[in-house]
Amino acid sequence: MRGAELAVRQRNGVVAGRKIEVIKASSDAKPDVAVNATRKLVEQDKVDIMVGPLSGSEGIAVKEYSKTQPTITFINGSSGAQATTLASPSPNFFRFNTDGGQWMVGLGKAALDKGYKRVMVIAEDYAFPYSQVQGFMTEYCKLGGKVPVKAWVPLGGKDYSSVIARIPKDVDALVVVLGGADAVNFLNQYEQAGGDKPLVGGSITVSQDILNYKGKRRDSLVGTIAGAPIADAYEAPEWKTFVADYKKNFPDGYPSPSLFALVYYINMKAALDGLDAVKGDLTDGQKKYRDTLTKMVLKTPVGDVKLDSNRQAIGTTFITEVVKDGQGNLYNKVLQKIDNVNQTLGMPPAEFKIGSRDEPNCP
Amino acid sequence: MSAADWRRAMNLQPRRLGVPPGRGPAPADRAPQARARRFTNPVRVHHLLVLAVLLAYPWFATPFFTYQIGAQALALGLIALSLTFLAGSGGMISLAQMTVAGLAGYMVAIFGTAATDGVTLGWPWWLAVIIGIVIAVLAAAGIGWLSVRTEGIYTIMITLAIGVAFYYLALQNYAVFNGFQGKQKVFPPMLWGIFWRDATPFYYLTLACALAGYLVVVYLLRTPFGIALQGIRDNPRRMHALGFNVTAHRVAAYAVAGVLAAVGGVLFTWYNGLVTPGSVGTGWLINILVIAVLGGLRHPVGAFLGAIVFVLLQNFAIDVIDRERFNLVIGVVFLVIVLFSRDGLLGWWAALSARMSTQRGGSPWTAVRKRSYARSSSPSPSSPS
Repeated sequence: MRGAELAVRQRNGVVAGRKIEVIKASSDAKPDVAVNATRKLVEQDKVDIMVGPLSGSEGIAVKEYSKTQPTITFINGSSGAQATTLASPSPNFFRFNTDGGQWMVGLGKAALDKGYKRVMVIAEDYAFPYSQVQGFMTEYCKLGGKVPVKAWVPLGGKDYSSVIARIPKDVDALVVVLGGADAVNFLNQYEQAGGDKPLVGGSITVSQDILNYKGKRRDSLVGTIAGAPIADAYEAPEWKTFVADYKKNFPDGYPSPSLFALVYYINMKAALDGLDAVKGDLTDGQKKYRDTLTKMVLKTPVGDVKLDSNRQAIGTTFITEVVKDGQGNLYNKVLQKIDNVNQTLGMPPAEFKIGSRDEPNCP
Repeated sequence: MSAADWRRAMNLQPRRLGVPPGRGPAPADRAPQARARRFTNPVRVHHLLVLAVLLAYPWFATPFFTYQIGAQALALGLIALSLTFLAGSGGMISLAQMTVAGLAGYMVAIFGTAATDGVTLGWPWWLAVIIGIVIAVLAAAGIGWLSVRTEGIYTIMITLAIGVAFYYLALQNYAVFNGFQGKQKVFPPMLWGIFWRDATPFYYLTLACALAGYLVVVYLLRTPFGIALQGIRDNPRRMHALGFNVTAHRVAAYAVAGVLAAVGGVLFTWYNGLVTPGSVGTGWLINILVIAVLGGLRHPVGAFLGAIVFVLLQNFAIDVIDRERFNLVIGVVFLVIVLFSRDGLLGWWAALSARMSTQRGGSPWTAVRKRSYARSSSPSPSSPS
């Protein structure tokens, strides 16, 4: 939400001489709540452009709803489910962020470079981690890596002892795609159980939210590689400017913008840049505005983004490694920057299947 | 049995709220009159007025208000009505009503069509709905059968336990319930050229079901079954001594409430277009209780009043105050209503009409209101014996 606000503030709330009015609504990662909130914004508050929502199944639900409102333009927030733009895409739903699968491209190769020949996957059991695991495994399996066990755990699980007991002795690393409190819980329990295998993280496993965790166990994260659309230590000037702007606007925020802040920023910036390009012209069912969005090459703090034929972003992925700086803060060092990652992970669209519990598979 | 219990058991006069003893007609005069009127409760002007407003509502409301406020409140009200019936007339507070509703929704998705992995059998919608409701009612009767042996807070605990167990079953079972993602795209059918999920048709669909549910409950409370149920609420021991099968009556009440919750659940699933474990999580179990208590348990209409207030707050509290604090407004409003009224919104209504009648020396209309309250239910949800 700070990211979206930042994009508006950078323009002082004015685009093409008109004031942008931002109306906010709240959801709780549940698709029904998100659709209710969206319906209120669109039908009651009469917004012209809708930016959001946050999580995967919310995104799918809001995309379905967007089909019933053809005169409003919907731009994704941070939801990263593949099906949102791959399966029955909606003509007025745009996503300027890459999805969960794209965020992991390059990580398979990086893991093999680290010498991890066999890994176990531990991930939450819903669409977003499926796509993350797919992004990792597509490349990893093709290059000869093996994944003998995949453990799908319920979202918000507290007890990982049964999963930890299932970790085979002969795997070289654990691919952990857990978010927020789940990741912290898992790390605690894994260390208490005497685990010492190196970790490979999902995009939200080692986001700023978790690196800022104040517990003693966080040192175990050092050396973890991960794939993400964001890297704190990225050296490019546009990223530095973005971070400085973020800190200036939100002095009580995180030391570095989180993935969600960045992604909301990108999508909100796309909405505003598009508006600017058409000089605020939203007539004719916003046709001109949408055409502009479709063709736009968006400048973001992490590189250029353009859209494919399903209005899904083709963009940059970073491979990062967690290291400790002089003050003891953890941060993600950039190992590699991969540009122009597309949604089908480089495969022809006909061959590409949406990730699931069993897809892909290489035991 | 304590002395107080004994006195209560011997007390022939039904307990009433808001009407001090000695006011209103004596019970002895009322009994034959009430019996004669049991099946011919007269329709009054304000009934017709409310009905007219409800029917005309989509014509002056925007699609948003028709669908998200109107239809949602009616569907939620129907689910809450099942709790109002159980708690207000049966003295049993079940937190598992949303579980029954969610089960019906899941069954419709499983036997009918849904665009998700896991089982969807793709049977015709009417068959799926019938099967869904039957299974949900059986489950409701099962829940009732398990929990009727308990009283008061233990009923709450056991139904909460069942509700939470079902939540985790739905969350962790992938073969049938499809886990965290639940069932997506569960839509009402296309029938007679109308897509029943469009705002106005869906509103009338929920209105028809809600009205039917309301009338069924109002009617039931006047039947021998309903009277016996209220007797059991007030004093199960005495009803047992009179030869009533207390357990059977209570289980039957759970089954009846199950029908209401199941129909409401199917509507609510269609409203959302999906059913996920989140729809049957503890949040919603409690929300149904909040709706029922907010409206008031003394009369079936309370469930719908509560639902309207609840839905309005959910949607518009965010406009009153900052995005980060709007849950505070919702909480404060609930607190104020419950704190200042012993029986939700209906309690305020009763207090208001009681005051009006003392000022005017009692109009016939308020006298009728009081009589119908006294007859239909008592405020105390928990059985005191």
